[in-house]
Order: sequence, then structure tokens, then C-alpha cells
Amino acid sequence: MAKKSFRQAVNEALAQEMRRDPTVVVMGEDNAGGMGAPGEDDAWGGVLGVTKGLMPEFGRDRVLDTPISESAFIGAAAGAAATGLRPVAELMFVDFMGVCFDQIFNQAGKFRYMFGGKAVTPMVVRTMFGAGFRAASQHSQCLYPIFTHTPGLKVVIPSSPYEAKGLMIQSIRDDDPVIFFEHKVMYDDEEEVPDEPYTIPFGEANVTREGDDVTVVAIGRMVGFANQVADKLEGEGIGCTVIDPRTTSPLDEDSILESVEETGRLVVVDESNPRCNLATDIAALAAENVFDALKAPIRKVTPPHTPVPFAPELEDLYIPSPEKIEAAVRDVAGHRA
Amino acid sequence: MLQLSRDDLVHAYTQMCTIREFEERVHTEFAGGGIPGFVHLYAGEEASGVGVCMHLADKDCIGSTHRGHGHCIAKGCDPIAMMKEIYGRRDGLCGGKGGSMHIADLSKGMMGANGIVGGGPPLICGAALTAKTLKTGGVAVCFVGDGGSNQGTTLESYNLAKVWNLPAVFVVEDNGYAESTAAVWSVGGSQVKRAEAFGMPGVQVDGHDFFAVYEAAGEAISRARDGGGPSLIHVKLNRYYGHFEGDAQTYRGEGEVEELRDSVDCLTAFRQRVTETSLLEPARLDEIEAEAKALIDKAVAESVAAPAPTEADLLTDVYVKY
Repeated sequence: MAKKSFRQAVNEALAQEMRRDPTVVVMGEDNAGGMGAPGEDDAWGGVLGVTKGLMPEFGRDRVLDTPISESAFIGAAAGAAATGLRPVAELMFVDFMGVCFDQIFNQAGKFRYMFGGKAVTPMVVRTMFGAGFRAASQHSQCLYPIFTHTPGLKVVIPSSPYEAKGLMIQSIRDDDPVIFFEHKVMYDDEEEVPDEPYTIPFGEANVTREGDDVTVVAIGRMVGFANQVADKLEGEGIGCTVIDPRTTSPLDEDSILESVEETGRLVVVDESNPRCNLATDIAALAAENVFDALKAPIRKVTPPHTPVPFAPELEDLYIPSPEKIEAAVRDVAGHRA
Repeated sequence: MLQLSRDDLVHAYTQMCTIREFEERVHTEFAGGGIPGFVHLYAGEEASGVGVCMHLADKDCIGSTHRGHGHCIAKGCDPIAMMKEIYGRRDGLCGGKGGSMHIADLSKGMMGANGIVGGGPPLICGAALTAKTLKTGGVAVCFVGDGGSNQGTTLESYNLAKVWNLPAVFVVEDNGYAESTAAVWSVGGSQVKRAEAFGMPGVQVDGHDFFAVYEAAGEAISRARDGGGPSLIHVKLNRYYGHFEGDAQTYRGEGEVEELRDSVDCLTAFRQRVTETSLLEPARLDEIEAEAKALIDKAVAESVAAPAPTEADLLTDVYVKY
């Protein structure tokens, strides 16, 4: 099986779905690039090259470059989805949700329920997120808790190239609006990814490591960090079960709760800011449902409640690190109830 | 006017009377406490919705506003199911989950009234994109108010529709007030010049005159259907009720609404025009008015008697499993 990058995995998923289904269109700022300009066509293929090559294969009618007007084109994607297309719209950085959120949460996210089940909105919003790119406060946030909070939206956060391809194909085929988070630091991560199309269902967590002592729930880029920690501590006799929820809405509550019932200890690793984030939500879920099984306080590993800083020294301190995860796991493992 | 058959004229007057009757009854029933929530009435503006939608088929889409009842009826939504929706009934058009501000029927190309001012224009760009991409021959029309015309979403949509050359028409229904704020104060420049600034044709019409709206809409919609891109129609009209029901309208001039009803009512104007030119007889028009009244009487009676949704309905039509 060929190794592919996260970027290639997403690109391949888009291309394969566009070949399979003529109603799939891609739109966004510079998704091809060079529209109306004298130079090269497909000049960019998206600001980080994820949609490169789609326009030459599928043409400008299905790979639509847009003005810098997120409200208009994210809303257009919602309207197109409600009337028969399956658009994949790129919100370049999730931080830009501020200029188009109405079209996502008041329009697309509400149609099916508000119209009594008579509308479907099969759109995908692809969006970059996460710190580590030295891009500072307005291009580095996670923000998936805000989307997860909104009923009607589905929220997908792939943790690897393999996950990204299968979850993207599932996202395009899903009839609800899906917010698909791509961690910008992970685009060059590589692993074996099948050439043929495949789907990964929503709401089914992936258990990436199995161990008896501590359950570690990690999201997105944090899954790889949690795996590193699990591998290291296994040699010391601390067994970790690492759970990647894959989708925060719907959330696979059962897998998380069953694991915590077995281990009695929970660490949640979440790159989003700590107030009202997924770590808080999952901690509450465990406290409410499997309180009697807990042998130690639940620990959350998150950034501080600050904007993402610019200076590399500060940004590195901001991001939850394998060292911080390891410390949290050791702490809860030390509680031998 | 010449291209309108007798059947067309009957249809137009039936639609306009149905909307008027619907809105007058919602006004009364709301005041009587039978209808929950907020309602925003379209009475006075009927010629606009009907004059535009007469050119549209089910495959064509419209986007609407919070003042959407008239657009729904003009686009072919069932007035009885609409009334039930406004009452929050289980067999309402949206199962009682939408209400007045979110009535939709995608099967009729009605993409929803919209609780967000300026919410509709981007959606209509999408519907127009679908028509263009799938080559359905359809067009998409967005109704937006003078208030909504100042939203960034609306201006962004003008630009997107132009640069994508979409089969879209923007109908700015300018009833003179964004909530309580006068359009003469809140709108900079002119609606038509805004259209021109984005490189699309724009025209202003008298929204009390069904025939003027019909003609302008026909031209814009044909242009869109033929691949000529988007247009804007600035419809000047008036609303007979407040921004919402319960609005005391102290911001309006004394006697303003009474004067409007007496002098520029679109139903009166239509009636006068077709009787003076002997296109329809007064007796036929009376009959249409009576039919509209009977239909709305039935809608209200059925809505009052209709069952409410049950707890089991709370969790359907969304993916929850909690």
C-alpha cells in the first residue's frame, strides 16, 4: 500500500467522489487559483495545495474559485446543497467562521429540523485549524466546540491521512452539513492509505491503543501525541487505551464510557481552549454516567484559556505536548484506589 | 398586460386575495391569542410576490424573509398547511418545527422564510448554482427587504451572482421601514445604482401595480433563464401592519396606513384595471374574494382543531441519539 500525505488523502477523496458523483462540486478562495489572472491556471490548488489538480480534471464549472466573500459562498453551498448539489466548500481557516457563521449555524444547520424533515443539506465545509504554524491568534484556533455545540451540524476531526480519506468520503455522502477539520500542521504527515475509495462511519470511535490502566481520549492532532505517550508508558507497566472519537458530533459516548468503566481513569486531550470545550464535555459525560467506576479525578490536558500566541516559544508552551499528556497519565495512574 | 390570459388574471387575483385574507386573519387570530410567537405580515405587498412568482415554476427557487407568508402562497405552498404551521401544529407544513419565520416547501421551490435579515441571498446564489450546474433551466429569486439590502450577505451575493453569472434575480421589497427605521435614512445611495455598481441591470417599479411588477420580473427572469446573469428589481411598496404584530407603529405618520389603503392598495388597483378594460367582470372578482375568504376560514378552523406535536416529535429530523 502506498504511503500518502494527509494532503494527498483529502485530495484523493475529493477527486474520487467527483468522479463518482457529478453533483459533487468544490468551491472556495483560490481552490484552483489564478482565476482571471494572466498566468498559470490551477496556480495554487488551495492556499496549501489540497485541491491542486482538481480543476484541470473537472473544469472550472465544478471547481469554483470564489471572491473573498465567505458569507456568500458558504451560504451558496448551503443553498446548492438544499437544491441538489453536494458542494464541498473551503473555509480557508476556521478562524474565518466569524464572517460567515450565520450561513452555517442558522441556515445550513437548521434546515432539516426547522423544515420538518423535508430538506437535506449535503454540504461539507473543509476548514483548516490548529496551532503550531506560527500563524498566531487569527489563523490558529480550533473552534470545533462551537460547531459541536450546534445541533444539525456534524463535526469531523481526522487524526491521520487514513482517517482523513475515509472520513472525507463519508462526509461528502452524508446528507447533513459536515464541518471537516484539517489540522494544518498535519498536511505532510504520511501513512499507508488505500488507493480505492472507502468510508469511515460517523459516531464510531477508533481505539488506537489498548491498555488496562488509563483511558486517554484525544482529538485530531492530539491522537498522535497520545499514542506516543501510550507506547512509552507501556514499557513502564502503565497501560493506556487511546480513543480517537473521529467525530465530536455525533460523539461515540458508548466507547468512551465502556473504556472508562474498565480502566477507572480518564485523561482527555483537547487542543481547543478549555472553557466549554470537548475535554470539559467528555469529562462531564464520564462523571455523570460512570462516576462509581472512577478511581482517580478526571484530568484534562488543554491549552491555557488564551488566544494562540505568535512567538514560537510561547506557541510551543500553548499547545498540549506529549510531555503534558504523560504527566497527566502518570498522575491519574498514581491513584491506586 | 397583453400576454396575460384570463386564466392568468384570475390566478393573479386569487393569489393576491388569498394572501390578503391570510394576513388579515393572522392579524385577527394573533390578537386573539391563538397564535404563538412572532408574525410579520405581508398585507399591502401582495402585488410584488405574486407579480414575480407568476413567472416561476416548481423547479425555480425563491428565498424569502421574515415577512414570508405572501411569498410562500405566491410560490404555491398550501395555505392550509401554512396556517397550521403558524399555529405550531403537527401536520403543519414543517411539522410545527418551523413556524411563521421558517416556513418552507422545497418541493415547491420555496427555500424558506428566513428569521435572519439578509439570510436568503447567499442561499439563492446556491440554488442558482445548482440550476446552472445541473442545467435544469431553473432560476432562483431572492426577496429581500430594504433592511436586508444593507446586509453584507446581500451585497456579497450581488457580487458572487455576477462573477459566477448565475441565473438569479434579487427583488428588493422596499416597504419604507427596516423595523422602525426609515429606508430613506438607512439606505445609502440607491438600490438601482447598487445593482449597476455590480454590473447588473437594475430597475425600480411601483409595487402597488401588479402589472408593472409582472413586466419587470418577466424581463429579469427571462434574462436569467437565458444565461444573461443576475438582475435586481427595486419594488417600492408599503406594509399595512407593523414590523411584527404588536408593533404600535408610533414611528409612522398619523393616518399613514389609512391613506395608503385608500389611495394605493394593490388589490383595488388590480380590480380597477381589469374592470375598466373589461378583462374580468366585477362579479367574477367578487367570487374570487369570497373563495379566498372561504379558504382561509377553513384554514383557521382546521388549524385550531389540529393536534399539536408530541414529545416523540422533539427528537426527529435531526441526528441526535442522546
